[in-house]
Amino acid sequence: MFHALVAIKQVPDTTNIRIDPETGNLVREGVPAIMNPYDAHALASAVEWKRKLGGKVTVVSMGPASFTVTIREAVELGADAGYLISDRKFAGADTLATSYVLAAVIQSIHEKDPIDVVFFGKQAIDGDTAQVGPGVAVRLDLPIITYAVKIRDINLAKRHIVVERKTERWTEVVEAPLPALVTCEKEIAEVPFAPLPDLIRSLRYEPEVLTMESTGIFDAEHVGVRGSPTVVFKMGTPPLPEAGEKINSREIGVEAAVATAFAKADAAGILSSVLGGVK
Amino acid sequence: MSARRFWVFIEQEEGKVHPVSWELLGIASRLASEVKEEAHAAGDTVHVECILLGNQVEGIAREAIKYGAERVYLVDEPELENYRNCPYYKCIVGVVRKYEPEVFLIGATTLGRDLAGAVATSLRTGLTADCTGLEMGEVKGSKQRLLLATRPAFGGNIMATILCRQNRPQMSSVRPRVFPMPPYNPEAVGEIVREEVPLDEKDTEARILEFIHDQAESVDIEYADVIVSGGRGLGTPEGFKLIEELAHELGGVVGASRPCVDAGWISYAHQVGQSGRTVRPKLYIAAGISGALQHKVGMQNSDFIIAINSDPNAPIFDVADVGIVGDLFEVIPAMIKNIKARKEALA
Repeated sequence: MFHALVAIKQVPDTTNIRIDPETGNLVREGVPAIMNPYDAHALASAVEWKRKLGGKVTVVSMGPASFTVTIREAVELGADAGYLISDRKFAGADTLATSYVLAAVIQSIHEKDPIDVVFFGKQAIDGDTAQVGPGVAVRLDLPIITYAVKIRDINLAKRHIVVERKTERWTEVVEAPLPALVTCEKEIAEVPFAPLPDLIRSLRYEPEVLTMESTGIFDAEHVGVRGSPTVVFKMGTPPLPEAGEKINSREIGVEAAVATAFAKADAAGILSSVLGGVK
Repeated sequence: MSARRFWVFIEQEEGKVHPVSWELLGIASRLASEVKEEAHAAGDTVHVECILLGNQVEGIAREAIKYGAERVYLVDEPELENYRNCPYYKCIVGVVRKYEPEVFLIGATTLGRDLAGAVATSLRTGLTADCTGLEMGEVKGSKQRLLLATRPAFGGNIMATILCRQNRPQMSSVRPRVFPMPPYNPEAVGEIVREEVPLDEKDTEARILEFIHDQAESVDIEYADVIVSGGRGLGTPEGFKLIEELAHELGGVVGASRPCVDAGWISYAHQVGQSGRTVRPKLYIAAGISGALQHKVGMQNSDFIIAINSDPNAPIFDVADVGIVGDLFEVIPAMIKNIKARKEALA
């Protein structure tokens, strides 16, 4: 039996985030919350392999009670069980404290019900750090395969996984022993439409909530703000560069507009240096 | 008296150094100079150093010295021939524990980001991802200046400056091409220190079975001198043919904004922006790109930017050195004609 664990995060749809120019605070109102897209693809891959091998998919997510909808969404997409790791003491966690909590939970699930593959999205679109997956792998001493684009094979008898991972230079085919941790690109699997029974089940699904007290597995020193070595020093909007001149080609004609623009590039020594290198 | 060490990870594959490594040495030199005064007053010394892993890569260590490293810690082992997370992070952690650098910078490449998270977690220290600004700044309550690491968050809509008060090293992964290349000094002298880190059999269990080289994908926009980028204003995937033609005339490569990549008009390797590549070519031409923040943060360091858009209020004009308000399907052919005429005149 295959047991996959998928770590998922709820994120604001980042295309809609802005800063209030008056207060300098993040404006979150009216910004839709979604399952981190990379996590959705990682989950889809886990569910595909569950259907191939037989077994189950467990999801975990760390966040406030509002993350329940994201766990329900995971159930809709084929997860069998979900845990919401939620405690005010976890608030303000940076990636180090987050990997601590996730690793402790994954370890405790693994002790009761051994896990073969831990799936993460390659990164979350709000923080874009790509640090929590590797952090959890290090804490659990699991082999890690990042930027996975295809799982070629999961062999439960031989206890190994074969994955294609894409780097900037090439695609690597990596074989690692199980259990292993994989962080996924979107290509790993298509997010399917939910089958009706899963959809119905998800509507009423209540994830088990894990807190400091209910689990007793966390050291208060390592969670939340206390467990986070980094702090935000300041936040702001990116500085605005100085805008250059605008030429209207409808007024002066296209060829004149191009000639004027290129003359400016010439004056900056750009075009001659560029064309000097072209044969 | 103590030694304050500013460290850089030198990234190499198949003996080829990722240029971000040299950019990092430039940053480390600047950061070191920012604490020189306070270090001098306290009787501390300041050092710019780097760590290099691989198999038979001593030649690269000598290059690193010429880009500004005073000392190169070299772990040279057959097991380190190809990058793999586990043996690499364990070796680095071993050497970091020995010398206790104050700051440690790693390129925010796929390899660097795979590595940095593992190293930082193993050392139980703070890591700020994908930084675009770095300085050693005064912070209340700290005797020494701290690394102030600035990074875009929420798709580039917000800049956050992060610091790590107590844990060491203060780690950052740094976007390629955000910072300039440092000067190359062929006369520079420095020291190469060989280190050995024992590895368990378990550390090398994950194996690379095969490398697949995809020729079609091998476009290197990060280090191109000229980039002509297309956006949604192209209307259809076929619009990229025109972009390609201009790029070809200029000896450049084709870039794209995120919506075009998301729509499947062109591959991800061409994507410029926060979620794609950061570029700083000599010349960047943006055609039919409205200029979402997430795109602008990826190209605003270009030496010269020409924007073409039919909407005079498009935000792309805010970062352009010259903006042409007009129809790109008229403007680009005029550009191609202009360039062809210039080349004929040169010939």
